Amino acid sequence: MNRIKTILTDPLVLAALSILVLLAMGEVLSPGFARGDQIIRLLVVSAILGMVAAGQSLVVIGGREGIDLSVGALISLGAVLAGNAMSGNDGGILPAILVAGGVTFVIGLINGLGVTLLRIPPLVMTLGMTGVVQGGLIVLSRGIPSGNAAPSLMGFVNRPLLLGLPGVLFLWALLGLGMWFLLRRTQLGYAIYAMGSNERAAVLTGLPVRLIRTLLYGLSGLLAGVTGVVVIGYTGNSFVSVGDQYVLPSVIAVVIGGISLAGGSGNYFGVMLGAIALTLLQSVLTTLQLEFWGRQLIFGAVLLLLMLLYGRTKQLRV
Amino acid sequence: MSAVAGFLRSRLWLVTLSALMALFVVNWILQPNLVTPNVLKSNLSVFLPVILVAIGQTYVVLGGDIDLSVGSIVALVNVVTVSVIAALGGGAGGVLGGIAAGLVVGIACGLLNGALVALLRFQAIVTTFATGIIFGGLALMVLPTAGLPVPAEYWRTYGSSPLGLPVVLWVLIAALVIVAVIAGRPFIKHLAAAGGQRAAAFQTGLKLAQIRILAYALCGLFAAFASLCLTGETASGDPLMGRTLALASISAVVLGGTALAGGSGSAFGSVLGALVLGMIGNVIFFAGLPFDYQTLIQGLITLLALAGGVLVARRN
Repeated sequence: MNRIKTILTDPLVLAALSILVLLAMGEVLSPGFARGDQIIRLLVVSAILGMVAAGQSLVVIGGREGIDLSVGALISLGAVLAGNAMSGNDGGILPAILVAGGVTFVIGLINGLGVTLLRIPPLVMTLGMTGVVQGGLIVLSRGIPSGNAAPSLMGFVNRPLLLGLPGVLFLWALLGLGMWFLLRRTQLGYAIYAMGSNERAAVLTGLPVRLIRTLLYGLSGLLAGVTGVVVIGYTGNSFVSVGDQYVLPSVIAVVIGGISLAGGSGNYFGVMLGAIALTLLQSVLTTLQLEFWGRQLIFGAVLLLLMLLYGRTKQLRV
Repeated sequence: MSAVAGFLRSRLWLVTLSALMALFVVNWILQPNLVTPNVLKSNLSVFLPVILVAIGQTYVVLGGDIDLSVGSIVALVNVVTVSVIAALGGGAGGVLGGIAAGLVVGIACGLLNGALVALLRFQAIVTTFATGIIFGGLALMVLPTAGLPVPAEYWRTYGSSPLGLPVVLWVLIAALVIVAVIAGRPFIKHLAAAGGQRAAAFQTGLKLAQIRILAYALCGLFAAFASLCLTGETASGDPLMGRTLALASISAVVLGGTALAGGSGSAFGSVLGALVLGMIGNVIFFAGLPFDYQTLIQGLITLLALAGGVLVARRN
């Protein structure tokens, strides 16, 4: 009995089960919901969320109340920079990725330095950075939508590349493998878990904890920037607040995926399933044709239910 | 030297106060008519909601938690208040009924947050984000679109000046008195213990759940105060009101010298922090910067101020 309970409350199993239940619900509510091409569309949206959530996962696993709330602004920045670098030309795709990824990587590193050197709480540092980046975006674009995606980039995100699947899904799968390799097959990966679960012990074993944590925030920024490039490929053009909608879902996908906000545990495969489950939930709620407030109530209630299942902190004991 | 450091350690708000005075002088130079009753009053009206929400947020943060739902509580209290006033048919009785309903809703929201976080042991950040979505959804359910004006008695009273002082100032004074009363109670020490050394506080037999729930309830109550003031300002219902208040209140709390990790800080500091935030906005507005750059400069100064606040807190 206990064993069944352990299996059923395993985040991976739970996320997979909710995906199946949501698909079934969607199909019942609106026949055709679970059709192949619809599922591919949902997976593309999940991939975008999943890519930001990869950076978020790294920062959260690294511990010390790690969280990156600047990812939304960095996605917007990545999208605007990429859009202007490409301005609709295929030749501009590589420069676009380099510019978007490079700039957001540096901003992420600044977040990391603020957190490690100045010891500013991550929540405050990344929120403060959000304000700065948003201000920078207004200067950069003067509030007007600017730049367009190159045709090949839009094809990569929206049209089938291989086996009927768009290229961006292969990119996401590669990212999943990369995250697995980084976290489970490299010394750096084990160091990230070590400092996340017991920072003091990690410092005492001689790990360069500050350097690693700075790098994690840099990677989160980089992944957000690259996500921005994908977002402009998905939508075709960009505006200064295009990334805002991803901030809290990225944190929630991490939590649904079984990564404790306390740090030091979890893996990215759970987060991938979490991103899919979250996207499906939003899609099912849209299909229900509820009023906006009805969707909000259900969304909030589902989050609380998830917290009940595995977002609880340890009980204090005497 | 260490005596000075020791003196400052327990009075971090002095640093914030100096920053506030410096900003005030700069603002005065840029805006010569700043120190006239009308301009001061309108400034206070703008800052008051953030001040009130920041006071409530301080108690939650002091206890080692956080409340991201305050903005939605403000919206929910606003729509409930205007709807109840309308349902009671306006008039003095209706206004009082609406205000009472708003205060009850604020406290109830706080109690729910506190129960989820302290009794069910949910993580505070995600939980209050989720309840924020729910409160926001409820606000839209009560009043789907902005509108539904409050009776003239409400906003006329809010804009009036009984005994020679504007109502906004009376509200601030009343809030400060409440803060002073709370600061003198054992509750505040218990709360700081709950935030600073939770395991130790538990082992000394403090009723942690009760203390943390009370902190969330206070936060809900102050959010309700803020909402009633905003309602006096806008004179109507708006289900999307208060969106920026959660982040602004957290910034104000940090600027006021309260540690986000919990355990130390004061609500007076948060009041100063909220004023500093407001004055930064004023100075940027009156400095005549190109409009495009104002958000960027405001973001940079706020980030620097936050970093500075954290640094000063640590050095001491």
